[in-house]
Amino acid sequence: MEAKDYLKDISEIKNLMNKSSRFISLSGLSGILAGIYALIGATIAYWLVINHSYGTLLLDGWVFKTCLLILALIAFFSIATAIFLTTRKAKKNNEKIWDTSSKRLIFNFLIPLITGGIYILIILAQQKYGQAGALMLIFYGLALVNASKYSIGDIRYLGFIEIILGLICALFPGYGFILWVIGFGFLHIVYGTIMYIKYDKK
Amino acid sequence: MSIITNINKAFDHRIRLGIMSILMVNEYADFKMLKELLEVTDGNLASHTKALEKVAYITVEKQFIGRKPNTRYATTNLGRAAFKKHIEALEKLINKQ
Repeated sequence: MEAKDYLKDISEIKNLMNKSSRFISLSGLSGILAGIYALIGATIAYWLVINHSYGTLLLDGWVFKTCLLILALIAFFSIATAIFLTTRKAKKNNEKIWDTSSKRLIFNFLIPLITGGIYILIILAQQKYGQAGALMLIFYGLALVNASKYSIGDIRYLGFIEIILGLICALFPGYGFILWVIGFGFLHIVYGTIMYIKYDKK
Repeated sequence: MSIITNINKAFDHRIRLGIMSILMVNEYADFKMLKELLEVTDGNLASHTKALEKVAYITVEKQFIGRKPNTRYATTNLGRAAFKKHIEALEKLINKQ
């Protein structure tokens, strides 16, 4: 065998190790869009609260319920976009969308996320509203860090920043709204753009 | 040919090298997963896994998931050590040139 063959061997080994353990077809574009949805949702919620709640949020009023609905819509559209764009990218990369690596990624992403989601619903039911924003950021951050082992490693850093923002938010609940907008809006856009330039645009 | 003493004959084939690469970073892999990743036929894959099993580099575990038989593979300590040695030998060879 020539040196060229050995080099080919090494790159083949690396390729198979990555392909079998990490799902890398995540789309950067879906991050950008998720951020935009979050900003649009936040703007509508902000406008509603300012104009229809006289600055204070009545917890059983329609404004609060609409805000929860907006939150659910943001989550729904972000997930739908991510699935759509990732499927498209996987097809282009000749990767299977539903294989061991993507299942493992989703499973590990969902453990902290669902735990956090249920926890937030429990404390909302107990009418402890103050920490909801902080908890969303923290559990989302933990989900990202956990998922990063099974996907593009860079996601880890986004996770760390979300966790830090969440902790700041827990300390200063008054800034919850703006921190939420930074964490779910701006960070997604910035991060999605970096990922898009780094991995998609080739 | 003394330079290549550490080049392991058991890995001197694309598919066997591939099987080991996948198993090094996964706790285990089943037949279907290996087949899809390596893009080989059933018979081809079976003969190569058998070869690696024979030298005790991988273990084979047969079980049933529901009614479907499922074969899954994992590396042995011996296999991991041999693979590492092989990679080091490859690196040395490449660096020499």
